[in-house]
Amino acid sequence: MRVELRDIRKYFGDVRANDGISLTFEPGRIYGLLGENGAGKSTLMKILSGYQAPTSGTILLDGQPVVFSSPSDALHCGIGMLYQDPLDFPPMQVIENHLLAHDDRLVLDRGGGSRELEQYASGFGFELDPRVYVDTMTLGERQQMELLRLLALGANVLILDEPTTGISAEQKEMLFNTIRRLAHEEQKTIIFVSHKLEEVQELCDEVAVLRHGKLVGTQSIPCPTSTLVRMMFGEELPRSTHKLHAAAPTVLTVENVTIRTYRLTVEGINLELHEGEALGLAGLEGSGQRLLLQACAGLQPIHSGRILLCGEPLIGKRSPLFWTPWLAWAFLAIRTIWLIVRLLNGQIGGLQMAGGMAWALLIAGAIWLVSTVLIAWTSQSAYHVFRQRGGAYVPAGRLEEGLIADLSLTEHMALVSPESSFVINWQRARDEISRRIQRYNVVGRAETKAAELSGGNQQRAMLALLPPSLRLLLLEHPTRGLDVTSTNHIWELFEERLQQGTAIMFISADLDELLERSDRIAVFSGGRLLRILNAAETSVEELGHLIGGQQL
Amino acid sequence: MNEAQLVGILASIMAQSAPLILAVIGETITERAGVINLSLDGTMLIGAMAGFVVAYKVSGSLEAVGIAGDTIPVLVGFAVAALIGALAALLIAWGSIRLKQDQVAIGFVLTLLLADLANFLGQNYTRIPGPRVTHLPIPYLSDIPFIGPLLFRHDLFIYLTIITVGIVWWWLFQTQPGLQMRGVGERPEAAFVRGVKVNRTRYLYAALGGALVGIAGAGYSLDIKLGWSDNHILGIGWIALAIVIFGGWRPVRGALGAILYGITKAVAQILQSTFPEVPVVLFNSLQWLLMLGVLLLVGSEGIKRLIDISPRWLQGPLAHALRVAPPKSLGRAFIEE
Amino acid sequence: MKDNLLHNLWRVVPVLMAVGVTTALLIVVGASPGVTYSALWQGSFGDYDRTFSTLAFWVPLLLCAVGLLVTFTTGLWNIGVEGQMIMGAIGASAVALEVAAAYPDIPGWVIVPLEIVVAMIAGTMWAALAAILKTRGGVHEIFGGVALNNLAIIATNYLISGPWQPPEGGSFRGTVPFPRHALLPLLGNTRFSPLSLVLALIALLLVVLALRGTSWGLKLKALGKNMRSAFLLGVSSERGAITAMMLCGALAGLAGAVRVLSWFDSLRQSISGGIGFLAILIVLLAGMRPLGVLVISLIFSGLLTGGAVVQLRTQLHSAISGIIQGTLVLFVLLFGDPHRVFRRPQPTVEAEAET
Repeated sequence: MRVELRDIRKYFGDVRANDGISLTFEPGRIYGLLGENGAGKSTLMKILSGYQAPTSGTILLDGQPVVFSSPSDALHCGIGMLYQDPLDFPPMQVIENHLLAHDDRLVLDRGGGSRELEQYASGFGFELDPRVYVDTMTLGERQQMELLRLLALGANVLILDEPTTGISAEQKEMLFNTIRRLAHEEQKTIIFVSHKLEEVQELCDEVAVLRHGKLVGTQSIPCPTSTLVRMMFGEELPRSTHKLHAAAPTVLTVENVTIRTYRLTVEGINLELHEGEALGLAGLEGSGQRLLLQACAGLQPIHSGRILLCGEPLIGKRSPLFWTPWLAWAFLAIRTIWLIVRLLNGQIGGLQMAGGMAWALLIAGAIWLVSTVLIAWTSQSAYHVFRQRGGAYVPAGRLEEGLIADLSLTEHMALVSPESSFVINWQRARDEISRRIQRYNVVGRAETKAAELSGGNQQRAMLALLPPSLRLLLLEHPTRGLDVTSTNHIWELFEERLQQGTAIMFISADLDELLERSDRIAVFSGGRLLRILNAAETSVEELGHLIGGQQL
Repeated sequence: MNEAQLVGILASIMAQSAPLILAVIGETITERAGVINLSLDGTMLIGAMAGFVVAYKVSGSLEAVGIAGDTIPVLVGFAVAALIGALAALLIAWGSIRLKQDQVAIGFVLTLLLADLANFLGQNYTRIPGPRVTHLPIPYLSDIPFIGPLLFRHDLFIYLTIITVGIVWWWLFQTQPGLQMRGVGERPEAAFVRGVKVNRTRYLYAALGGALVGIAGAGYSLDIKLGWSDNHILGIGWIALAIVIFGGWRPVRGALGAILYGITKAVAQILQSTFPEVPVVLFNSLQWLLMLGVLLLVGSEGIKRLIDISPRWLQGPLAHALRVAPPKSLGRAFIEE
Repeated sequence: MKDNLLHNLWRVVPVLMAVGVTTALLIVVGASPGVTYSALWQGSFGDYDRTFSTLAFWVPLLLCAVGLLVTFTTGLWNIGVEGQMIMGAIGASAVALEVAAAYPDIPGWVIVPLEIVVAMIAGTMWAALAAILKTRGGVHEIFGGVALNNLAIIATNYLISGPWQPPEGGSFRGTVPFPRHALLPLLGNTRFSPLSLVLALIALLLVVLALRGTSWGLKLKALGKNMRSAFLLGVSSERGAITAMMLCGALAGLAGAVRVLSWFDSLRQSISGGIGFLAILIVLLAGMRPLGVLVISLIFSGLLTGGAVVQLRTQLHSAISGIIQGTLVLFVLLFGDPHRVFRRPQPTVEAEAET
């Protein structure tokens, strides 16, 4: 089936996500869709797969114009899309995911569905157990499951949206082999959306490059990298130099730490981080690096081992009043004994005893309540201690976890200022945030609400709100979804802090970023810290294989 | 107490718990589809009132034309209660989906409003006798020792309640539409991508669940706690909401929770009559303390710790059997493209 | 400009709808809307006596609503405000009956402040219990509130029919009446205490200042908007929840004391009068606007007192006032925002996301 996109435009208000794109896809070939983040690749594919309607333009299948009302509509015509985060149902089993909206039959045929699934899976060399719950599977496995589902429902055109982020090298090999087979043997059309040049060159027959919503051009592979780079960016990508930092005092020590959660056990982690050092955490999603990062911030309790921040263990401060609930139990015990004694002596009857017990319970309860409230008041969580000692944690979800959507930047400033007294000095907060907005190049004003900022500016705002000097900065995917300029600028800010002596530990799924920006890289796989490498002495291939659990 | 008495008590507990079971099932369906129907208490009150009043009036009109018997009036009463229940749930769903308002707020206001409406409209019909569901022991089956009296010596309402539990379980876990509904509750974007009409599903199951809740309310006034009075069954709706959580959003567990509640009440009553000197306070508070206890068990780390200490291979299935997590999209509106 | 004007004009529409629906309801039931509404008006502000009754009802309503402003800001649904009010009433009653009655020589100006303090402490503790159940026990504050409300009511019934029962026995509608000097100073023959109104207005002012101008208030606001982000930004969610609930409990406890020491002269079964739930409706209706809370609570109080007169005059159930209040809030909740009613296609979050 021949797929043609004719003059596709998609406007979101003033933003032109797709600005007149025309492309043709023939069966039996693998197409790459290249472009930087924000170029318009995902939007275009969402239109092709029926998830969105274009503002204008047509889609033609074998010369016939079609309009998709929904993604399942598109799938009926044979076009299926595999999302970067597969749209599956984590709390349900693989077989249930497979069967949902599979056909029109009333009663579910779990047996038949499982057989179909296992047949397909073995045909491609995948190992999928229908009874497993999806939320315990790795990203690569979830991709495989979704791929099988699309194929079973008759997809002839498969769109893969950034499928290699977060899967192991082994799974990537399997995926690429599958793609080649689907295209060359089964004459399906594959569209491989990515921003990674090497992979596109390795896999694809042809590539189309998008920039700022427009089609720059198409090329046949093989083709020199510099051509593609020029098409994607317009100029050569400046490779930033990374300065290595001399040995310095230790800021963070992780001693034999084990973390236990329902999904994953992380065992035997040992590492050290020094002042002015950047340590990158590499690994597939769910390999334990996020748990470790959160543990170092005091957000994730550890099962055994120690974490030392500036030499002191990172644990919550127990309230000095922790013993007070025992007063309640003591009172209850004493009173009960006294009542029993009086009962046995015949001084009071059974009913009076009950009444006395009831009162004793009430008073004990009141004591317990007061002491619990006081304890809640005077204890400090580990995260609190972490912040007090000069640590900061910047989460990945900017509006979900990092900023408060409806509050203005001034309010954020007032919220995080440590010296703010009981009464807020709004003028001072406004002045301070205005200063920081300037310094961190945030496009926005003091009164702007966090939700009104763009992604890159939200990231900058989060950084602007950090205290000026920090001992330890923990970052979760600091440049995810940002374009090159924003990324470079943010790393400049991080470099400044490194120069000041701050230690940085960060998680990234981008192996290039890890290689360029870290001094050392800690590789995680399956809940274990495999190795800590010097960034200068390793390569993307080695990292990719280590992440998948393979030792070279 | 001999065996016959014990069986009798158990049977009576079953019967008395039936409306609560139905309400829990209904709300489980609604919440599984992603809608919180906080108006449960008010809906059950107005369902009870409307069911009774309508049945009463229909019975009167039919008698005027010479048709005796309670069956038709009772059926009409239940039908009206179901309709009202469905409308209440639909209102919440509509307010959330179309108008993007907070389900909790609408539900709370509605529960007060419906309670007031029930008292207002029902005031002329308090404490009067009216039609009731006819007792319908099943021949042969009801003579089986032990199980017989327990399961087969009730009336149609209770039989249908038991059957409903089974049907809902089957629908939810063994059929395609039920699977799709669960998908809508867990991850509406993924369901949408597969062609499921998310909002239509939400409306449908909210209405179904609400209808069951309305019927449950009428089940009180037409079967268990006959007639109507001011604030007749006030408070039972909140208990139903708590049991839905306790039941982990599963029909069978929820039904068991409702029966557990019924057992507690029965035990309290027995204890009360055995120790009449103990102030009533204690036994009245038992149901609320039980509610808190049950929610504490479910909400705190207890269950998680239980899972953590089990062997690895058991953890997955155990976590899902003891699952206490609500459907992920509960309470949130879904924006369809 | 024009948009704003339209927006403001639209505000009236849900109100009209509510009135329309209620009128229709009255007609259906066979009552005369005219008679009902005039009875409502006369019952609330018809003469001095009724007006002061309305004011007396207004004070506890306002106090609870102000307290709820704090908890709603924090993102909490403090349904337990009813129970907190009842516990406050119990606390004040305890002082009145166990201290004032037992030691009649202690003057009123010692007893009354003591009653108020104990009432506020009782309300605070009851609220703290709900908060702890939530933060340490994972029990949602709605359920904790409902359970604690019922337990408070049961406690009241026990006290009325047990230790504090009136000497003549009888219907157990209320406890022994309190000594005169233990009650709040009343205005003339009415049941209205001007002191209580002063306290309520002071509370309103203090709460507004605290929420807008203190870092504590900002932290609560942050928690209410996004608890996770607030926590990561350094706000302690447990402390915020507990303090917010405790403040609301204190004000609700004060409301309970006002009820039992001015409107009534003893602890009654109907001590709460549904005031707690009504206060929730008021805050929902008024948004977070303090002026709105002030005015709407007065109006609702009028509806409530008027409802009693309606019942006398027209044989209609006094729940009619609840119906008016409920439909009003419901329609404003549903249709109050014209942008959401007449939905225009808006650029979705998609536009912001990296494409």
